[in-house]
Order: sequence, then C-alpha cells, then structure tokens
Amino acid sequence: MNIWLAIALTALGCYAVKLLGLLVPAGALERPVVQRMAALLPVALLAALTAQQTFGEEAHLILDAKAAGLAAAGVAFLLRAPFLVIIGVAVLVTAGVRAMAG
Amino acid sequence: MTSVGNGLDVLQTCALSLLVFTGASQFALVGALAGGGNPLTAAAGAFFLGVRNAFYGLRLSQLLALPRAVRPFAAHWVIDETAAVTLAQPTRRARRIGFTVTGLTLYVLWNLTTLLGALGAEAIGDTAVWGLDAAGPATFLALLAPMLRTGTERAVALLAVALGLGLLPVLPAGVPVLVAALAAPAVLYAQGIRARRGRTAQEAHTTEDER
Repeated sequence: MNIWLAIALTALGCYAVKLLGLLVPAGALERPVVQRMAALLPVALLAALTAQQTFGEEAHLILDAKAAGLAAAGVAFLLRAPFLVIIGVAVLVTAGVRAMAG
Repeated sequence: MTSVGNGLDVLQTCALSLLVFTGASQFALVGALAGGGNPLTAAAGAFFLGVRNAFYGLRLSQLLALPRAVRPFAAHWVIDETAAVTLAQPTRRARRIGFTVTGLTLYVLWNLTTLLGALGAEAIGDTAVWGLDAAGPATFLALLAPMLRTGTERAVALLAVALGLGLLPVLPAGVPVLVAALAAPAVLYAQGIRARRGRTAQEAHTTEDER
C-alpha cells in the first residue's frame, strides 16, 4: 500500500509541474528578459544533466569509459557528424575502452 | 527491470511508467523505496527531479503555441527528450511534429520496455558492458551542442556543469540540477551589469566631449 501511495504522489506531483510550465500565460513571457531566460534554462539543464550522467554515479563523481565516449562524441559533433552517428560513436568508444581496460 | 529487482511488482512498475513518465523520477523513486526510505521522502526526491520539466514547459508553450484544451494532454509528454528535440526545430510546424512524434514514440517504447523488462527481469543483464549507458548523456550532448552558439550560452553551460557536478556529492538527488539551472539567471544578471557599466562609461565620455 505504501508503495502505491508513493507512486500516486510522484505521478501527481510530476504531472502538476509539467502542466504548470505549459499553463503560464503567454503574456508573461513577452518581456525580453523572460524570453532570454526561457531560452537559456534548457541550456543550463541539458549541460548539467550531460555532465552528471557522464561523471556522476549516485551521489559521487567517477571517471570511467563514458568520459572517453563523450569526448569522442564531442569530436564527432565538431566534425559535423549526424545526430545518430554522434550517439553511436559515444557508445562504441565507451564499449571499446571498457573492453581494453578489462 | 531495475524496479522489479527492487521489490515493486509488475503492475506497480508499469503504473510508474504510464503515470509518471519521466525516467529520472522513476529511478529515484524506485531506488529510494528499495533503500528502505519512507514513501513520502521517496516521492519528494522523485518530485524534485521532475521540477525541471516545468522549465521545459515554459519554453515549449511559447514554441508550440498549443490550444488551451490540448495542454493538459501535452503536459504528460513534457520531458528532457521531447523538449530537446522541439527546441532543435526551426519552424513551429516542425516543432509540433517533433514534439508529437518524440512524445508518442518515447511513450510507447518506454512503456513497452518497462513491461518487457518487468516480465523478463534480469534477462538482458548489465547494459554497461556494451557502453549503452553512454547513449543517454551523448544524446543530451548532441542536442545541447548546436545551442551553444554564442558566448552567453557557453558561459551558462560551463557554469551549469560546474554547479551540477560540484553539488552532486553534497545535495540530495535532483536538487543539484535545479541549482545548476540558476546558471541561466546568473549569467544574464552578470551581462546586465556589464552592459549598464559600459553605457555609463560611454555617457561620461560624451558629456566630457561636450564641455
């Protein structure tokens, strides 16, 4: 029962914040500062998420094969590789480095 | 898969994917429950991880210009991936298509894999062996990179990375990402101050010339 309670609370809470973002009136977003902010927030969130998923393991920082994979993906982006190729490069290099390391 | 291994049954696992549909929150909830946390604390952690979706919603409601009646339905699909794909599209039509296709595909796939994973549990084993755990961050990187057009975006990204990693060991799960979001207002504020100073300096110069 407790697990169902946790599921219900999480579902309601997560849905409420998603809807909140969509329902803020358009008029409130017409000021240039707000527009700049709305454009920059995803940049900050994506950058932080990328870094955490690469170097974070639960609550501590790690340096493993993923770092090499992500570095390779960065190079692939600079070489103008298509989207899926960038991700494929990251996966292959990560797997390769892991295979070599042990 | 993780979920069934951690004490939730198949129905509960599928309910999570169907109703919560934001991966990070689901994993956080399952992890906290498995670690013996009480349901309220577990739900609070998962909720914090979900708060960032509100920021995506702010931007998406501008870009998609959805009719009011559609918003409660669209809201369920406001997640990292749909936001990233939508932001990368050049026109409103492409954005709407991008949002719908990404939302629908992910929703179907996510729930199918949840069901299969829950039923077949430990069948596939550790995804880390194949390097597949790098696919997630690489996707975010590939979506983020084209957004880093000017120094402002780069400064925000760098600051966010520093905050996100630096605070990871000290704050509860989900909170560091939210703090990292403050990189956006911080950089805008710093720019504002510099612009104002530049203008005052220029004005002082002009008045001197007039004398």
